[in-house]
Amino acid sequence: MNELMEILKSLHPDVDFENEQHLIDDKILDSMDIVRLVTELTDKFDIKIKAKDIIPDNFNSAAAISALIDRINEE
Amino acid sequence: MHNNVIDYLNNIVRIKPDKTAYSDGTVALTFSDVYELSGSIGTYIANRGIYKKPIVVFMSKSPMEVATFLGVVSAGCFYVPIDEEMPADRIKLILDNVRTPLIICDRVTASKASDLQQSGTDVILYDNIVADTKRDDAVLKEIHDKAIDIDPIYIVFTSGSTGVPKGVVACHRSVIDYIEQLSEILDFNEDTVFGNQSPLYFDACLKELYPTLKFGATDYLIPKQLFSMPYKLIEYLNEHRINTICWVVSALTMVSAFSTFDDIKPEYLHTIAFGSEVFPIKQFRIWKETLPNATFTNLYGPTEGTGMCCYYRVNRDFADDEPIPIGKPFDNREILLIKDDDTLADKGEEGEICIRATSVTLGYYNDPERTAAVFTQNPLNKAYPEIIYRTGDIGKYNDKGELIYISRKDYQIKHMGHRVELGEIEADVDAMDVIKMAACIYDNDKKLIILYYIGDIEPRELDGRLKEKLPRYMLPGRTYKLESMPFTGNGKIDRVTLKKMYLGEA
Repeated sequence: MNELMEILKSLHPDVDFENEQHLIDDKILDSMDIVRLVTELTDKFDIKIKAKDIIPDNFNSAAAISALIDRINEE
Repeated sequence: MHNNVIDYLNNIVRIKPDKTAYSDGTVALTFSDVYELSGSIGTYIANRGIYKKPIVVFMSKSPMEVATFLGVVSAGCFYVPIDEEMPADRIKLILDNVRTPLIICDRVTASKASDLQQSGTDVILYDNIVADTKRDDAVLKEIHDKAIDIDPIYIVFTSGSTGVPKGVVACHRSVIDYIEQLSEILDFNEDTVFGNQSPLYFDACLKELYPTLKFGATDYLIPKQLFSMPYKLIEYLNEHRINTICWVVSALTMVSAFSTFDDIKPEYLHTIAFGSEVFPIKQFRIWKETLPNATFTNLYGPTEGTGMCCYYRVNRDFADDEPIPIGKPFDNREILLIKDDDTLADKGEEGEICIRATSVTLGYYNDPERTAAVFTQNPLNKAYPEIIYRTGDIGKYNDKGELIYISRKDYQIKHMGHRVELGEIEADVDAMDVIKMAACIYDNDKKLIILYYIGDIEPRELDGRLKEKLPRYMLPGRTYKLESMPFTGNGKIDRVTLKKMYLGEA
């Protein structure tokens, strides 16, 4: 979670990622952010995020992203 | 003989009135709808006595926005698209420049639009215009009969190095020439189904908007959110049987980089054009292998040359580090590679890419100084007035005779498909009272804008404040506070050292 927070903060230092629940729906993260985020997650966590997983539900909050990473690791 | 883009509409509405022209997947307008709606907007503007004036269109990306553009043009005026995602500061600079008598907005942008209202400017809702004004053929015909092909059609704003955006004014003649040439190169026809990616406030959207009218094709304005959801994006292409896309490279690589094609493939796509950035060859190969029968065309061109002016149909494999050429000019354009001493570059020599063509735009609106700096007399012609546009891009011909893009002459960069002057970002940061000095560099590998500054503000707070000032694509990806700025011998900020610091080498 700390590593994830670091990546998110580097995208937008001014966003309250601990509490924000609508990162995609409220357009806080746009398409460029998603591309960068997925690229950095892939590198940092050594996981493969499938195109099918890149949907708003998996990226609306830090908790959702963290859950996605856990789920991919379990598979 | 077409001398006005409205001729395309007047022609196609007779042939295919009931076919869908523009759709966003939810709302669709037929050619007949577009004709009536644009006609009522044109009539409204004409009845107000507004003629040959810039009209600001401040609407959400939608088929109705396209109809509004055409309405403005049919009134003999020219449209200035602005967007809800532009920061208020930038919109204000644009409004200060164009001094429009009228802003047309929709329900989404209405409150922002009234905040921006200046004296002498009216704000009106699109819905109210089309509900209250019927198309008046006689009024519009009278305007159309007076039109000539060097009348402006739009102003779109690009980044400027002083922090003030430049409004590029294009005329009918340039747009028609561009549409005719591009359609031939990419083989557009009445069966073309476009999937538009570009925002409507850039000239990039000309590629779809006007060929749709020329051929009676259909243009889907793809919702922006889909460009961060690759699987859903391809689903959308298939659902609407989209067969032709002209996208920025970053949109294409987003799809290929996430292995989207392992799960879903575009079923109808046969024509793919890309541009504005260098296509990484590894990503290109993924596309090519997925769609071996599709054509892939690299396009190159500055806004000042009306859309694109050079193309390269990819017909061979490339080494990983080899750039895809920008090829050769469209018909009716000449590319001059001009060296610093105003002579032509020899074979294999580098020179500034300069354009001589009817597609060279009219210049920057209300800005004679910056116009004169780059729209210049052809230095090879001393006999009569002939304007060329100097792009500031450096190019050369390879041994196959194909034009290759080398780099920017100054430090303007291509970032996420947008042209960005790092100097404009610096100027905006420098303008803040807490900032003593700012400098930007670009990380071309990670595609990040890096901002260094000295000032009494923490990076986190500075990033927050920059969001108010700069469009999203101009925001720094990394922001670092410095105690002192490195300088070169002659007192300029030393960007080479900054780059080394960034890479951890200094």
